[in-house]
Amino acid sequence: MAAITNITNLTVKPPRRIPYLEILRVVILILLGAMFVLPFLWMVSTSFKETGQAYRFPPEFIPQPFTVKNYLNLWGGPIPFDRFYMNTIIIVILSEIGTLTSCTLVAYSFARLKWWGRDVWFVVLLATMMLPFQVVMIPVYIIFRTLGWLDTLLPLIVPTFFGNPFYIFLLRQFFLSIPRDLEDAARVDGAGSFRILWQIFLPLSKPVLLTVAMFTFVGHWNDFLGPLLYLSSVDNMTISVGLAMFQGRGGSNWPALMSAATLATVPILIIFTLFQKYFVKGIVLTGMKG
Amino acid sequence: MSSGLQTYNTTTTLQPVAQVPRWQQAIRKNLPGYLFAAPWLIGFFVFTLGPFIASLFLSLQQWDMLTPMKYVGLRNFERMLQDNLFWHSLRVTLLYTVFAVPLQLAMALLLAVLVNGQGAVKLFFRAVFFLPSVTAGVAVAVLWRWLFNPEFGLINFLLDQINITGPPWLSSPYWALPAVIVMSLWGVGSTMLIYLASLQAIPDYLYEAAEIDGANVLDKFRFVTLPMMSSTIFFTLVIGIIGSFQIFTQIYILTNGGPENATLFYVLYLYQKAFRGFEMGLASAMAWVLFLIVLALTMIQLKLAGRWVYYEAEEA
Repeated sequence: MAAITNITNLTVKPPRRIPYLEILRVVILILLGAMFVLPFLWMVSTSFKETGQAYRFPPEFIPQPFTVKNYLNLWGGPIPFDRFYMNTIIIVILSEIGTLTSCTLVAYSFARLKWWGRDVWFVVLLATMMLPFQVVMIPVYIIFRTLGWLDTLLPLIVPTFFGNPFYIFLLRQFFLSIPRDLEDAARVDGAGSFRILWQIFLPLSKPVLLTVAMFTFVGHWNDFLGPLLYLSSVDNMTISVGLAMFQGRGGSNWPALMSAATLATVPILIIFTLFQKYFVKGIVLTGMKG
Repeated sequence: MSSGLQTYNTTTTLQPVAQVPRWQQAIRKNLPGYLFAAPWLIGFFVFTLGPFIASLFLSLQQWDMLTPMKYVGLRNFERMLQDNLFWHSLRVTLLYTVFAVPLQLAMALLLAVLVNGQGAVKLFFRAVFFLPSVTAGVAVAVLWRWLFNPEFGLINFLLDQINITGPPWLSSPYWALPAVIVMSLWGVGSTMLIYLASLQAIPDYLYEAAEIDGANVLDKFRFVTLPMMSSTIFFTLVIGIIGSFQIFTQIYILTNGGPENATLFYVLYLYQKAFRGFEMGLASAMAWVLFLIVLALTMIQLKLAGRWVYYEAEEA
């Protein structure tokens, strides 16, 4: 290794050239960056316009006049965005509780407890990751219909208490990396499995738990097919189905629609900015699509 | 007397311990594991395996959810195969897959290469490229409908600036599918992250060796980067194909299958059959076809991945 560096140091340095490649890279970066950011700016810009202002050509990027009317109209109007927000927040909070509790218990069982058939069940768990929801969508719908849960939030919350294969997998992999010595010491002191999970595993697993929490948040905030199947009355709708209904009715009142779309994306933007690295970790570990 | 009692006691207390029935021992050993795994095990039977089998059962019935079920054998599958729209929806989905997935992967790879490395600027752009994939959903689809607006949308305005008359996009049967593909390129952020991790795992000495051999930037990309990323690219390819067979939300909002069924994706048609036409049997048959397609893709992935793709040993 040392010999190689010596040789490269000895070779004659080429004359300084203009770093075309670096310049090209920066230009492409800026162009692509604009492509990725402009739609968001356009959304926010439109949301502060009067209805007719959206149809001016060429378009104004900074609206003149500037109105917040569209946002005010979303509250308590015929399309009750406040209700949509509340419903979505209820679903997200209860899903977080359901997902985090069930997934840690199951992941601990797969990572540390010994039981008959465990490894076979783990393969089954991995296999269910490949099964698209659409394949079982109709029977699952019928289950909730039979239970009389249609048009309630229950079908969107209760299943989260039964674990999610992706998150169980993610947590199990992390639990496997926790040294056994810690646990053995606790066992000698008389701690049971539940206490070991609670007092040793969970405090050590904060990063991966946050990753799961982030994915759960975004997944349920953006979920559309579930609410579309189960919810029918306006008062029970989530932001996603509410917005879909709004666009069906409101047709082409773009400023109103864009203010609703802005409100639907802002919480995700905030969560993303705060916890970016946990998203990154989760995606890299599971290869999951956001 | 007292010693005799003691002997008696020891024998009675020792014996049951030594002779606990095997099934009791087995339960004691296995119970905690099963209890901890119970949420998922129960969920697996109730929300996955049960519905999975029920879906096969339903595919042999005629049922509108109101009148009683009627067994019809393979009639649903026959009707499906004779249905032009079924084939049309498969064709639309395939056409999209063939164009969108390679473009998405190429875009993701380009972005990953551009933001690979250290520095605040690259970190910033990484976040910029990743963000749209987190916000995916109804709001984004509504936003893109506005961007694609033929007269007042941002896209045609920008095209106008460089003297191109933009197409009518979503209202044209020819341009609707390309519009969906363009929009999908905006959401490649998570694939970019997977590629970025893969790029960073390539050891530097391979590039150094290539440089010594006189490789230029393109050579290095072609002969070091691409081969080293083959497993990742293959993985994202299969995941991408599977994903495009499940596209629903964007289409429901953007076009709802139109115009003239130009964007009637497979799952959208399935949804319409089930929850608009209430043909639960036929829709279940379609769901099973979807399952078989995904299963086949997964099998190909597992088979090929082991054969020609280079995997590095997993870290502990």
